Amino acid sequence: MALFVTVACALIGNYLVLRRISLVGDAISHSVLPGIAIAFIMTGSRTGTPMFIGALVAGVAATVFIEILHSRSRLKQDAAIGITFSTLFAIGVILISIHGAHTDLDLDCVLFGKMDFLPVKEPVFLGLPGVAVTMGALAFCVGLLIILFYKELLVSSFDPALAASMGIHPRLVHYLLMSVLSVVVVGAFTSVGAILVIAMLILPAATSCLLSERLWVMMLLSLLHAFLSSLAGVHLAVALQVPTAPACVVAGTGLFVIAWIASPRQGLISLWLRNPDPEGAMEA
Amino acid sequence: MSDEHGHDPALEVHDLTVSYLRRPVLYGVDFLVPQGRLVGIIGPNGAGKSTLIKSIMGLVPASGGWARIYGKPVKEQIRRVGYVPQRESVDWDFPVNVMDVVLMGCYGRIGLIRRTGRKEKARASEALDKVGMLPYAGRQISNLSGGQQQRVFIARALAQESDIYLMDEPFSGVDAATEAALVTLMKEMRDMGKTVIVVHHDLATAREYFDMLLLLNMRVVAFGNTREVFTGKLLQQTYGGRLTVLSEIADKVAKDGG
Repeated sequence: MALFVTVACALIGNYLVLRRISLVGDAISHSVLPGIAIAFIMTGSRTGTPMFIGALVAGVAATVFIEILHSRSRLKQDAAIGITFSTLFAIGVILISIHGAHTDLDLDCVLFGKMDFLPVKEPVFLGLPGVAVTMGALAFCVGLLIILFYKELLVSSFDPALAASMGIHPRLVHYLLMSVLSVVVVGAFTSVGAILVIAMLILPAATSCLLSERLWVMMLLSLLHAFLSSLAGVHLAVALQVPTAPACVVAGTGLFVIAWIASPRQGLISLWLRNPDPEGAMEA
Repeated sequence: MSDEHGHDPALEVHDLTVSYLRRPVLYGVDFLVPQGRLVGIIGPNGAGKSTLIKSIMGLVPASGGWARIYGKPVKEQIRRVGYVPQRESVDWDFPVNVMDVVLMGCYGRIGLIRRTGRKEKARASEALDKVGMLPYAGRQISNLSGGQQQRVFIARALAQESDIYLMDEPFSGVDAATEAALVTLMKEMRDMGKTVIVVHHDLATAREYFDMLLLLNMRVVAFGNTREVFTGKLLQQTYGGRLTVLSEIADKVAKDGG
């Protein structure tokens, strides 16, 4: 379960980090809340298609709001993100609070997730909990999309102007990416919560970015990070008797710190070995 | 509109007007570039040089007017135009190597979903060889100098195999050797019948590099063969009050009998 969540997040997170829109990921993870709430109120269903559709609509709406605020005013992107996601999240909290009295969609779950409880509570399919199957399918779809559109994603992330000049619309790619992100975030949401999902998106990519010089290597390494951090996280959670999601995040951060210190080319140690005293060197 | 030989002009821009936040940046730009010319766009900072080529490419919306490539709207001719953005516009820490960047030049041609194959690799290698960067094909792009980065960008444009190129400040921040190599390459491209349009900021070299010049300062001050438009008077008009740099060049022009 933990693994599927982190894999799907890790794959898409690579593009967030490279496109310098990590915080858009954070924004979307909060903004999907009203979408989920509305879908829940309309259908009464807490899982499955309605929730994904609600989240998708809310996520894309958030992306559009951010773009509009940013391009039609003097506000920069960070301010636009701040306004959009906090407003949408607030609306979501209000909606859930109004209807929460007679539902089992509770705020603690939304904020902090409940990965560890899932396997016991949810229906089981092929020996796996249902939500894990959904997340597995999602991780697979994300992987497939990235393989199919690898070159479009690459060129529009690296050089949007060139992409546009070749008829690959970078804005369209951006919205598609954000749609996929919204869906992944909802999947992750129920298990890790809105606050920690950002770590699942960014940590694998940030770590592998320090270790690799090719995009596809970076992707594979981010998967390895996702795998190791969920494995270590689950063990840590069991050992310390703490929730799984934060344990996974802490494990992931641990791996990131190791990469930061010991990366062969960009790590602190190798930088120091090559140039032990950067300030002294500058004076000289 | 065709020239005397019945060829469509490589680029025709008519009454192009661009505004940014209601403030006009370019007004009524009109010019017509025949095939097989090496054209420089020069003008002071803020004259709208980059905006002009971006709006020709459709990257910046025009509030009026149009641009045509070989007689058809740019959108229909996207395969025939190669755009070289400013080097600073991309993140050079991106995890790709030199070959990956040059291969991007082939993306427009091979279409959605399909991947680059041996044919594209060969084309990219050839392009890299032309700019003298083949030995660096496997190098990560953050380890390149400014001049090398620009060579990679030009190689990527060559791999696009377009008929007309629009290049945004390809000489900014490059070393003298690279600049000379790129100019030679552009002249070769022109001799092969390609049309190359270059945003340039160095007046001192403009005259020897380009066949034709577009003097731009929000509107077209002059457009024509370099010999005819590179005159003290027209340059003065283009650059307005900034005389210090200018008078030197004007003197030089006068001395050379330009």
